[in-house]
Parts: sequence; structure tokens; C-alpha cells
Amino acid sequence: MSPERTARGAPSVAGKRSASPSRRDALGAFHGEAAPVWRIRPGRGWVALGLAELWAYRELLYFLAWRDVKVRYKQTALGAAWAILQPLATMAVFSVFFGRLAKVPSDGLPYPLFTFAALVPWTLFANALGQSSNSLVGNANLIKKVYFPRLVIPIAATLGGLVDFALELAVLGGMIAVYGVEVSARAAWLAPLALLAVVTSLGAGLWLSALNVEFRDVRYVLPFLTQFWLFATPVAYPSSLLGEPWHTLYGLNPMAGVVEGFRWALLGAGTRPGPLIAVSAAAAVVMLVSGAYYFRRMERTFADRV
Amino acid sequence: MSTTVIRAEVLGKLYTLGRLQANRHRTLGDALAQAGSWMLRRNGAAAKPETIWALREASFQVGAGEVVGVIGRNGAGKTTLLRILSRITEPSEGEAEIRGRVGSLLEVGTGFHPELTGRENIYLNGAILGMRRAEIDRRFDEIVAFAEVEKFLDTPVKHYSSGMYLRLAFAVAAHLEPEILLVDEVLAVGDAVFQKKCLGKMGEVASQGRTVLFVSHNMAAIRSLCGRVIQLAGGRLVADSTDVDRTVSDYLSAGLVSCASREWRREQAPGSERILLRRARIEPETIAVSTPFRIELEYWNERPATRIGISLFVYNQEGVCVFNSTTAKEPCWHGKPHPRGLFRAACAVPGNLLNAGTYSVAVKFYQGGANGVLYEHRDLLLFEVADIVEDRGEWFGRWPGVVRPNLEWATTAVTEPSAEGWQ
Repeated sequence: MSPERTARGAPSVAGKRSASPSRRDALGAFHGEAAPVWRIRPGRGWVALGLAELWAYRELLYFLAWRDVKVRYKQTALGAAWAILQPLATMAVFSVFFGRLAKVPSDGLPYPLFTFAALVPWTLFANALGQSSNSLVGNANLIKKVYFPRLVIPIAATLGGLVDFALELAVLGGMIAVYGVEVSARAAWLAPLALLAVVTSLGAGLWLSALNVEFRDVRYVLPFLTQFWLFATPVAYPSSLLGEPWHTLYGLNPMAGVVEGFRWALLGAGTRPGPLIAVSAAAAVVMLVSGAYYFRRMERTFADRV
Repeated sequence: MSTTVIRAEVLGKLYTLGRLQANRHRTLGDALAQAGSWMLRRNGAAAKPETIWALREASFQVGAGEVVGVIGRNGAGKTTLLRILSRITEPSEGEAEIRGRVGSLLEVGTGFHPELTGRENIYLNGAILGMRRAEIDRRFDEIVAFAEVEKFLDTPVKHYSSGMYLRLAFAVAAHLEPEILLVDEVLAVGDAVFQKKCLGKMGEVASQGRTVLFVSHNMAAIRSLCGRVIQLAGGRLVADSTDVDRTVSDYLSAGLVSCASREWRREQAPGSERILLRRARIEPETIAVSTPFRIELEYWNERPATRIGISLFVYNQEGVCVFNSTTAKEPCWHGKPHPRGLFRAACAVPGNLLNAGTYSVAVKFYQGGANGVLYEHRDLLLFEVADIVEDRGEWFGRWPGVVRPNLEWATTAVTEPSAEGWQ
């Protein structure tokens, strides 16, 4: 939408009119100093992220995420079991083909445990990415009818995946117990690592959801992208196959850091992946910040295009 | 003088055609076709992309506590104006300033999810409309009571009847407490009881001293609720007046020439080799519910000795055929051999027959006896029957029914009046 500036100051039809004075009394309370003032004008270029307003809408964020969780497995026979079945099935396939047949090394761990510890954060990422990328188009009706900071939508879609993640984590805990692996205090790293996965999926999700408004091709690209990303992440194989400096550069894919971090924190696999995770965290933050600014820039035409 | 809470200056919104087709995603074929036509246009004279100003140079100010009706036909820019003021979409030019918390109601039930229960949807919808959770908690019982859905609070709304669904949706919205309320034509849905309830609530809101911008096609509601009216036409502000009655009547009488009169030159006349239409019109041009009117047709008969019969169909907005009338009882020419030449047929429709609304007329010329259709024209005319306040008494919702006859009533006391009963 290119704002076509034409002659300004054209004669306005409306003069200044005032309300009948009798109504004024009833209004006293509304017009204290605190009344917010909105300026509405054509915007261009980059805009601020509007984090304060986003914070003011945190309840909406919560309700939208809650709605996604509530509705996700409605009218399915297996319900929330689907959250667990998907990574378990992938684990079975990987174990047979990569673990048994291809004899892919697994840092000395049982292969199913090795790959499932990676599939749990991977599923969190992949689902959150899918949900957030389609979130704007899926909530077109809201966008066209109500104002709220648009960032709420992809963020809510991303956060909705955390419930499934918690379930999968519980299953992973069960597997760790069955295999008799001792869990150390390093497990405390899971929280920041999960946050890193969320930041990564949100960063990519912001880019893709905004692009999806204009180019519905995103919907078709997404499955390929996710699959490609899966194999570019050490889920089915260990990153120890790579030597330095490639191992650290691998961190440019933030999910490599997350997955390696998970294995290290829970299973004690490999060495502390410090440099790898540092690179991953930096890459994820770059994706998130650039995604947020791109999103805000595109946001002004969402209602017209979605 | 009261404070100005909405100030709009030369607001405009430009849409590039093609983007209006929101949900069609572009295919390669479309893209090629577009590129092709663009290049053609570049070579030709007009190099401009096809655009449309949905709103143009709209300037006005609204003071605190004013209740302003926004009227205009479909596509006049009313919804675009509300969308800009509620910050859903950005203007392409001009600017607006708004002081105070804005609640916009462009639709009832935005964000309702069919799988969630009534209770859950109240919270979800409330949050979407900008209410805080504590606020919803506080007004929860009121909302439920207004919607009359106490018993079904924990039932998913997909099992609700459409009436219950609408009541619940409106109830949430009605309990918003913004300083400035922007309301689109939300009352066009639902049955009469629902509309009455909504309008009652709107009246309440308006009397509480809140600033309201109210878009409606319901002129009776505009007249009774608003102290000022803004009229848009083709995206431009064409009237802004506190004389609501006059503006509304002017709008009604001026706006109705939808397509109520058409005329053709002979070389362009629609028809067949037997019949050519010269003219079709509704007389008079402005029709209220109580106005008798005529549907007139002028046509050339092209073959001598054709036994012409005419059949008229009148359809309402829902596509229901309200009535069909033929020339069968016309005394002079029906079924008789017509010589070549120009004829005029008129059908008189009494007042108090059609309900308020938009109607379309179709006509069929047929040959008496032989059962052959000589010529058929659908959507020949489009006319509007206006609702006039004087016709309808106190009730200002939409009058239900396909027809709107003025029927006589008589009430008599059947039992003997007893001593207590009568003074």
C-alpha cells in the first residue's frame, strides 16, 4: 500500500461541533489526565516493537495460548496422547533405520534414548514453528475485526506448544529411569535450553507468519523447511561427528545448540557444549529481533491482506 | 464546550484492487496475467494501477458524549472509517487523534470458538475485545443474565442455537466499558427480540454519556439514538449534521434511485427478435412501506400478431419470490394479437404490501396459448422500500416478515364486565 499523498488541506465538510452540554456531567470521570491519546496516521519504514503495549495485552496472550491448548486435541480419539505419540513414532523409525541399520554413532548412549532426548526439544520447536507460521492466516478474522498488538498472535501460538512439551518431557524422564541413567544437577539447564528452542521457533515463526500473509506459498514451503532443518540438526546423529571449528559454527543453527545441550544436561553425553550454545543463543536472538522488527514493519497491512 | 475526543483530518484509505480479494492467493497464472496487463498498460496511456479510495478526505470532530450515527450505502466507506479509527488498518493519508479507551464492535462474537463452552468463550471474547480478566469476573453474572444462557454455560457453543449464540456474543460486547465505542452494523443479525434487546442496550450505553460512533442501515434506530449524523457516499463525507431527521430523510429520498428506472435506445435495447425493451421503471422513485407504486414496462413488439402476455416477479434480498403477477386479467391487450409497435404495460402494487428492504424485478414475456417464452430478463430493476418512522409506531427494530400488510384488528370483551373489573 503506497500512501498516495495528494493535496492536503482540502476543504473539510465538517465544522467543529460540540455535544449537548447536558451530557458533559456524566462524562467527568472519563476525562482525567490519564486518558490515552492515539495518533493514527500512515506509517512507513521501521517502527518500534511496542513492548509496553504487548505487556498490557498479556492477558489476551494467555487466553489465546490457552484456547490453542484447549482446542488442539478436541474431537480426537486419542486426545493429548498425540503429543507423545508423534515423537515416539519418530524415535522408533530413527532407531531402526539410523541406529540399527546405518549404525549411526550415539555418543555411547542407547540409540533410542539418544535420539528421543533430541526429539523432545525438536518437537517443541517444530510444532511451535508450524503453529506460529500459520497463526496470522488462521486468525484472519480476529485481525480484520479487532485491534490488539499483532505480535500477540504468533507468540500465543508458540507458547501453546509448551504443554505438549511438558508431557513429552515426562515421557523422557520415564525413559531415563528405565535405562538407568543418572540425572545430575545439570538438568537445571533444561529451562534455559527450552527457552532457546522457543526463541528460535518464535524468531523463525515471526518471519514466516508475516511472509505468509502476503505469500501463501509459506504453507507449502514449511513442511520441506522443517524436514530440512531436522536433518540439519543433530537429532539422528551426534554433532561430535564434526571437528572444530565446524562444530562451533554448527551452532549457527540454534537448534543444534538446543539439542546438544539437552543431551549433555540430561544424559551427560559428550562435553559441555559451551561455545556451540553461545553461538546458537546469539543466532536465535538475531532471528528473534530481526523477525520482530520485520513483523512490525509488515503489520500495518495485515488487516488488508490477510 | 466539551472536549474533542475524535479528530479526523483528511483521512483517506486507498486500496489497490486485487488486494480486496483477500483470500485468493496468487497463482503463477494470475501473476503472469497481471504482469502482462501491467506491461500493456505501461505501453498504453493509463499507467496507473487500479486503485480505489474506500475513504477520502474525511474530516470531522466528535466531542465527548456525542452519539453519532454514520449512514451511507454499502461501499460508502463506513466500515473503513471504523476500521481506521479502531486502528485495525492504517489510513493511506491524513491523520486522526483519539482520546480515551476505544472499544470497537465490528462484529459480534469475534474470536468465539465453537469447541469452547459458553463460560470459556466469555473470557476469551472479553479478552479479545480488550477487557481485563478482573473486569470480566466482575461483570460475569450480568453478562450471563443478559444472554439468558445460565443453563448452557458449560456446553460448547457449537451446540447453541443461533439465537443463543448471538445473545451471548452481544452480551459480552455490551458489557465493554470503553470511553469511545465504535459500533458497526451488528444489529443486522438475529431476530426481532434480539434486535430489540440490542437496541435497548445501545440506548442505555448512549445515555450513559459515552461517545458512540454507530454505523447502521436502520434509520429508525439512528433517529432514535443519535444526536448527530454523518453521511458517507463513495468514500466521501457528504453530510454532517445535528439535524438527524432531515439528513436521514434526505438520504432516504436521494439514495433510492438504485436502479429503479432504466431506459435504452433502440439499437442497444435488450430483448429478442420478438421483443425489445425500451424502458422499465418504478413510479414513484421513493417508496415507503405505505406507498402504492407502479412497475412500468415499455417494449417494442417486433412481429405482427404476437399474442403477448407478461409475467412479473418480485424478489426480496434473500432471493425469495415475494409475488408473481401476470397480465392475465388485463382487459385490453392480454393474449390478443399485438401489431408491431411500442406498448406500455403497468402493474399497480398497493401500499402496505412489501416489507422494508431491497427488491429486484424480473420479467418474462410469453406468447399466450403457445406457452413460448419470447423474452426473459432477470434483475431488470432494483428498488428499495424504505422504512419510515411514522409507519411503525414505537418499535424500531427490523420488522419481521416477508410482507408487511396493514391489517385491521378488533378486540371485544367476551365475558360480561364484572363490578371489580370496570370502574
